[in-house]
Amino acid sequence: MSEIFRLEKGGLINRNKKLSFKFNGKKYFGYEGDTLASALLANGVHLVGRSFKYHRPRGFFGAGVDEPYAIVQMNRNNEVDPNVRATEQELFEGLEAKSVNCWPNVDFDIGAINNFLNKFFPAGFYYKTFMWPKSFWYKIYEPIIRKAAGFGAASIKHDKERYEHKYEYCDLLITGSGPSGLATAYAAAKNGARVILAEDKSRFGGSLLTSDVTIGNQSGQEWAEKIISELKSMPNVIVKNRSQVFGYYDHNMLVMSERVSDHLPKTDKYIPKQRLWYIRAKEVVISSGSIERPLVFGNNDSPGVMLSSAAKEYLKVYGVLVGKKPIVFTNNDSGYETAIEFKKNGIDPIILDTRKDANSEIIKEAKELNINIKFSYVVVAAKGYKKVNSADIAKISDDKKNISNIENIKCDCICVSGFWTPTIHLASQSGNKTKFNEEIDAFIPSQSKQKETTLGAANGVFTLEETIKTSFKKGSELSKQITNKESKVSIPTVVEKKSSNHDKFWCVPLPEGKNYKRFLDFQNDVAVSDIYLALREGYRSIEHVKRYTTLGMATDQGKTSNLNGLQLVSEVENKVVPQVGHTTFRPPYTPVSIGAIVGREIGKHSKPTRKSPMHYWHEKNNAVFVDAGVWLRPRYYKQGNEDLFEASKREAKNVRQNVGVCDVTTLGKIDIKGPDSAEFLNRVYTNAWLKLPVGKARYGVMLREDGIVMDDGTTTRISENHYHMTTTTAQAANVLSHLEYYLQLVWPELNVNVVSSTEQWAGAAIAGPKSRDVLQKLFPDLDVSKEGLPFMGYMEGNLFGVKAKIYRISFSGELAYEVNVESDNGNYMWEKIIEIGKEFNIQPYGTEALSTLRIEMGHVAGSELDGRTIPYDNSLEGLVSKKKDFIGKRSLSKTAYVAPDRQKVVGVIPLDKKTSIPEGSYIVKDAKAKLPNPKLGHVSASCWSVEYDNPFSLAIIKDGKNMIGQKLFALSPLKNKTIPVEIVSSHYVDPKGERVRS
Amino acid sequence: MLHIKCPHCGLRSQNEFSYGGDATVKRPELNKEVSDKGWDNFVYLRKSPRGKHLELWQHISGCRQWIKVERDTLTHEIFKTLKANEEA
Repeated sequence: MSEIFRLEKGGLINRNKKLSFKFNGKKYFGYEGDTLASALLANGVHLVGRSFKYHRPRGFFGAGVDEPYAIVQMNRNNEVDPNVRATEQELFEGLEAKSVNCWPNVDFDIGAINNFLNKFFPAGFYYKTFMWPKSFWYKIYEPIIRKAAGFGAASIKHDKERYEHKYEYCDLLITGSGPSGLATAYAAAKNGARVILAEDKSRFGGSLLTSDVTIGNQSGQEWAEKIISELKSMPNVIVKNRSQVFGYYDHNMLVMSERVSDHLPKTDKYIPKQRLWYIRAKEVVISSGSIERPLVFGNNDSPGVMLSSAAKEYLKVYGVLVGKKPIVFTNNDSGYETAIEFKKNGIDPIILDTRKDANSEIIKEAKELNINIKFSYVVVAAKGYKKVNSADIAKISDDKKNISNIENIKCDCICVSGFWTPTIHLASQSGNKTKFNEEIDAFIPSQSKQKETTLGAANGVFTLEETIKTSFKKGSELSKQITNKESKVSIPTVVEKKSSNHDKFWCVPLPEGKNYKRFLDFQNDVAVSDIYLALREGYRSIEHVKRYTTLGMATDQGKTSNLNGLQLVSEVENKVVPQVGHTTFRPPYTPVSIGAIVGREIGKHSKPTRKSPMHYWHEKNNAVFVDAGVWLRPRYYKQGNEDLFEASKREAKNVRQNVGVCDVTTLGKIDIKGPDSAEFLNRVYTNAWLKLPVGKARYGVMLREDGIVMDDGTTTRISENHYHMTTTTAQAANVLSHLEYYLQLVWPELNVNVVSSTEQWAGAAIAGPKSRDVLQKLFPDLDVSKEGLPFMGYMEGNLFGVKAKIYRISFSGELAYEVNVESDNGNYMWEKIIEIGKEFNIQPYGTEALSTLRIEMGHVAGSELDGRTIPYDNSLEGLVSKKKDFIGKRSLSKTAYVAPDRQKVVGVIPLDKKTSIPEGSYIVKDAKAKLPNPKLGHVSASCWSVEYDNPFSLAIIKDGKNMIGQKLFALSPLKNKTIPVEIVSSHYVDPKGERVRS
Repeated sequence: MLHIKCPHCGLRSQNEFSYGGDATVKRPELNKEVSDKGWDNFVYLRKSPRGKHLELWQHISGCRQWIKVERDTLTHEIFKTLKANEEA
């Protein structure tokens, strides 16, 4: 199809570059600089989608962000992109898009039957219809609604595109590059302020691109170009097009979405598709302009009915006629400007003006051009199903209540103008208490809450002269406060045509006997009758009316519908609009892709990955890794065809029989120094710390103030006033904050300093009956005998030229040592241990074997210290000092904590000695009891005991102390298992703890 | 996102800080008798005022100091920030 609606010349498109594209499978041509919308209109395509509820044919209504209908599904570089507004999508070679919300196609849409059944789809029909029978919801209603809902379908594939986040600071953020934005930016930049000017479209200039004005001695468009090129050359200015500031948050933080590559056939390497900017601005200037308001009449949603400003933009920017037989239906002078543009391009429009009479420079010009103007005339209804082909027009009485002389006239488009609505979304989001301006029948910003100023049309100022003047002044004033500089900028003279007052009339009454749908919200299919219904059913608050009817709740955020909705409610309720108030504006102003919000934090980048210095050794030796907080730790080292179970059993067994080595670098480490360190530890831990000698380690438990165990670990006295604390891997950061809290806020008189040293030390735990032999060979000069280095002893040594710290502590319950060296030497140490340990059959072991060893020894860890247990529950009451006070002690005397049947950790063995008990299983007395079966507790950790070669678990159960020996059941509804078990002591292996002391 | 003026480092973004609760709560002194009610008040009971609130924040990704922030819980306005040892 040829571009029969494209003018021979004119517009800002590049006619030297022809582009081909596909819409709904059909090939068309357009030009560089087109949007998908303008290119389709040039080809005479008006039918682009079906409406949300009634599946009525829909075309183009606007030319930018306000577009409620033309939402398409893009296929770009083999990625689908739903919810794209055709009016914003720039054309590129090979673009492919299709209509949404229609099946089998936009031309013949089965769902359109809803239009004829519309009596059954009144406002709130969801609430009324799908309530019964209840069982129908999951199987019938929900799937159908889900299929029908939404605009387009998101891909279920991983999005290969790259999205980025950027943080920026500036003195002035200016949102919108129309006349007010340009003037403000220019004045502020001249004063040396750091300025960010954001424009949502690809072209700068806003209304100056389409208006017939002169600034200085240039046309508006030329002036805009000159200002922009000058701003771009200034080092203190960032000028961004295709960038929508969509959210205004606390403390002048604004978020902007930049469509970096959406206008290109594919995203270049190293360039993101979209970029999200977090901008902290000292001052914000909102120069977002205004959006034309629709007039409401019968079938005002038909393809071919559009905003008159959009028709003008298609003509002036893209050289496209939206029709060749236009009706301009207006209540103000803006419609005349569109009509004049049509006329200048050889098209004869008819103007229907709702006003009885009006005079202004613009109207005079229209009259001089011999444009047919009918005053006191309205469009009653548009005719034509898939495209307007005629209109019923009528004379309207002076009181606007009655219509007469209905006649049908031929037309191929109806351009409507119901005056202008300032775009106050950002101002309102900032907390601005908006006020209603009677003169323009719209809300404008008033009292600013944050550092925000709204200028130009967004502030309800509709004359260019006033806009330019105030914007230059404000830009200079705001920047001067920040930079203390003032450079003189002369304000250019402005020539514009004066307009007359608009008519407050906006909703055409229905002719007798007709029930045309008159739409308010075009995207959500909310008609005048729906508002009547909601009010009849008792909804009064505008917020309730909104939710009941879905008025203004669509992705276009009610850009074209809000005010007409409000006016209707106030009219029916016989109130003034400010009494009704507007609904809350919430970010985002325009839809933002999830990809842009997530940014680079996807997959493995969603959190940092920490690796120990020995990581690459583990990798080379077939370690299978597991996430431990942000760390990657070896779970087991695979040999041959072993699985997790076999490998971990082999590794654990080797620790019990020979010797194993485990990477314990991830343990939290905190360096504690200062003369009051002992006193501090004595307050932090539940046990006594004042008498710990230098060169000795001690196991400690710390509580929160509510008595719950916070963490455990060993702390070693390195020297008189120097301690080395270890924490669990998971709690390292919390424990440090906890210590800092008490030192800085509660006991500032204590002379103690704490600092994290987790990353400074690499650690290896050498465990097993032969560990002493390995240690002796590692440190031949040291006396590491039972007496030389007793249990809980500490010494420093030289590991083949490397300084090392040796702690005789054990997590496995075996004779064991932990050797620490500076991180850089970690791998060196590890390789030495493996090399020297060879003759003792040393094997590395992972976290799975580590768990097995600690579970069968009955050592509590994270799964028992789960933020819900007190020391008693974990059989740690022996570590709770009766003599001294410490953090959380007072809570331990709470009634529930001292109850005689208090929960306690126990061991659990399946009676068949074969069936492993799933972690999380319930322990119950009677497996067949009626539900809900009273549970005694839960299984916290399970392993296969390598000592006894049968399953063994830990559980925390009520009255655990007196449950030893009882035969109970472990229930796992998730795994559908019922396992008869016996409760035993949690210390399954070496209950007297002889091995660690050997 | 809030903009918090750390008294040690200057104006920084909220994501450098972590929230630490009511700054007016005083921990009972060690080794002093505390009633059940007094202890419960300290551990559990917090006011949730609408308006001015003196609260603790820790500059965890900065100087690691605990600071006091006087903030309006409704508007998020920050009136002043103080070092740990300063009184409001």
